[in-house]
Amino acid sequence: MTFLANIAKALLPFAALSGLILFLSAHEILNPYWVQIFQLACVVAISALGLNLIYGFTGLFSLGHAAFYGVGAYTAALLTKFYVGAYGDEALFATGAVFLGSLLAGGFAAALLAFLVGLPTLRLTSDYLGIATLGFGVIMKVLFDNADSFLPQLGGARGMTGIARMTGIPWAVAALVAAILVIRNLVHSTYGRALVAIREDEVAAAAMGVDTFRYKVIGFTAGCAFAGVAGGLYAHLYAFLHPSTFDFLKSFDVLMIVVLGGLGNLTGTLVASFAWVFLLEGMRVALPPEYIEFRWVLIPLLLIVTMLVRPRGLFGVREFPFLRSKVYR
Amino acid sequence: MYALIALGYTMVYGIVRLINFAHGDVFMVGAFLAFYAVEKFHLPLPAVFAIAAGGSAFLSVVIERLAYRPLRNAPKIAALITAIGVSLFLEYFTALHQVFGPNYYAFPRPFQVVSLEIGGITVTNIQGIILLATLVSLGALQYVVYRTKVGRGMRAVSHDFVTAGLMGVNVNAVISFTFGLGAALAGVGGVLYGIAYPQINTFMGVMPGLKAFTAAVLGGIGSIPGAVLGALIMGQSETMTTAYLSSTYRDGIAFVLLIAVLLWKPTGILGKARTEKV
Repeated sequence: MTFLANIAKALLPFAALSGLILFLSAHEILNPYWVQIFQLACVVAISALGLNLIYGFTGLFSLGHAAFYGVGAYTAALLTKFYVGAYGDEALFATGAVFLGSLLAGGFAAALLAFLVGLPTLRLTSDYLGIATLGFGVIMKVLFDNADSFLPQLGGARGMTGIARMTGIPWAVAALVAAILVIRNLVHSTYGRALVAIREDEVAAAAMGVDTFRYKVIGFTAGCAFAGVAGGLYAHLYAFLHPSTFDFLKSFDVLMIVVLGGLGNLTGTLVASFAWVFLLEGMRVALPPEYIEFRWVLIPLLLIVTMLVRPRGLFGVREFPFLRSKVYR
Repeated sequence: MYALIALGYTMVYGIVRLINFAHGDVFMVGAFLAFYAVEKFHLPLPAVFAIAAGGSAFLSVVIERLAYRPLRNAPKIAALITAIGVSLFLEYFTALHQVFGPNYYAFPRPFQVVSLEIGGITVTNIQGIILLATLVSLGALQYVVYRTKVGRGMRAVSHDFVTAGLMGVNVNAVISFTFGLGAALAGVGGVLYGIAYPQINTFMGVMPGLKAFTAAVLGGIGSIPGAVLGALIMGQSETMTTAYLSSTYRDGIAFVLLIAVLLWKPTGILGKARTEKV
């Protein structure tokens, strides 16, 4: 029973947190806007954890993360839309299951695509891989823009509408907790150690018997699956999808979060995701309306200064206790 | 057009191994400087080019000094993120009303467009000037890099900057010079862009910058003729896509091409294959 007890112990703070937020919003202390922003932060954190697995742990320079996020978002949105179209909103008996299924399908679609893209491109090294994935991101954006010519429901450049709002605090928090647990257990497993070995020195890893190419594909595919799930949550949070949400500049956003938090550092990614989302939105409130454009002037400055002061990320190698390996303390 | 920007990317990457994302925005600043020179001060064309090139070079050297130099011995990704930060900063800072403003501006044509027909192909004098400027800069660059003292310094730093420093090359000066030279070319590119597509705004550098970088990678990054070759291929493929397929696919095709080439030759068409050292 220690296993279940451990899980319960790990879940407790998150359950308490989501309970607190639900309580506060029910009593109108926290307005719905901030609740939505909190969910967005969870979604961004899941996506960033995925990229941290790819870049932080495996060392694969990917600039196309937003494309996989987008694939997950469109897949999940399309599935729930078909479901709602076929059975109507009334068929609530299985809505949760359908939503879960479409989230997983979104993750799976992103993973499948990552696998297909990864097979040829992961033979490239460092910056060239970055450029190839960046190019892939631009290609996917062009496809999203033209998606309505294959399937009118996808909306193309006008954006996809009519998605059910299904993401709520319980969903967002539960998905984030699941993502944290999966990633934590993955990086401390033999798989995770193989990935880190590849990051540190690919030649040495191969010499120690790691099938480097296979593990690179695994790391890339798994990380993109997280992006896909996050995309599905995003789609059902805002109920509207637009290709510009998934262009290559958004890949940079996730990359900045991961690097700011520290490569290969889960704590950093979590903190940076929440800080990033809340800072962006907080400045909307904090700045007087006539200075609202200064938001994107201050953020890059903050970014540059942070990088100059802490080039290895905010947290370096320090982790929250529950994210540390049980073997190597 | 892409060639001029691509040259700057390839030089900077060749020497400090940094994808300078801010390069496209330096190009934008060049175009805006030219815009003010023409619109507000009615300067003659050579002066416009000089101001755009000089201003861009100055800006780039300042960026290098403040943002990239402190990170030279930090992990490469820190410098890259800083480059993205600088790029965002330039875009949004110049979009403020107090600076250039967020609107589109019509770039005044400093001279009339004349079309010539040579053997069934219509060529405008603008295209002629762009071609000429590209060839001249290519020639000048080849001369600087292979025939001058600072060029020898650049090649040495590119090879191994620690050893180059020990051999008496002033590494910082050489890197500053490289940034300045690359930016000057981008500034000239900005003026030409303004003349050819007479509409500018502060986000105009993003797509050309990205594509120029792609062109540099396509041709083999670090190689000067490669950058020009890559840019020519990119320009051609985009025009062909617009003409025969659909303009909505235009931005995608360049990258399809890039990925195809990288899979075939992982270091670009004219890039040198490097063996992995243990």
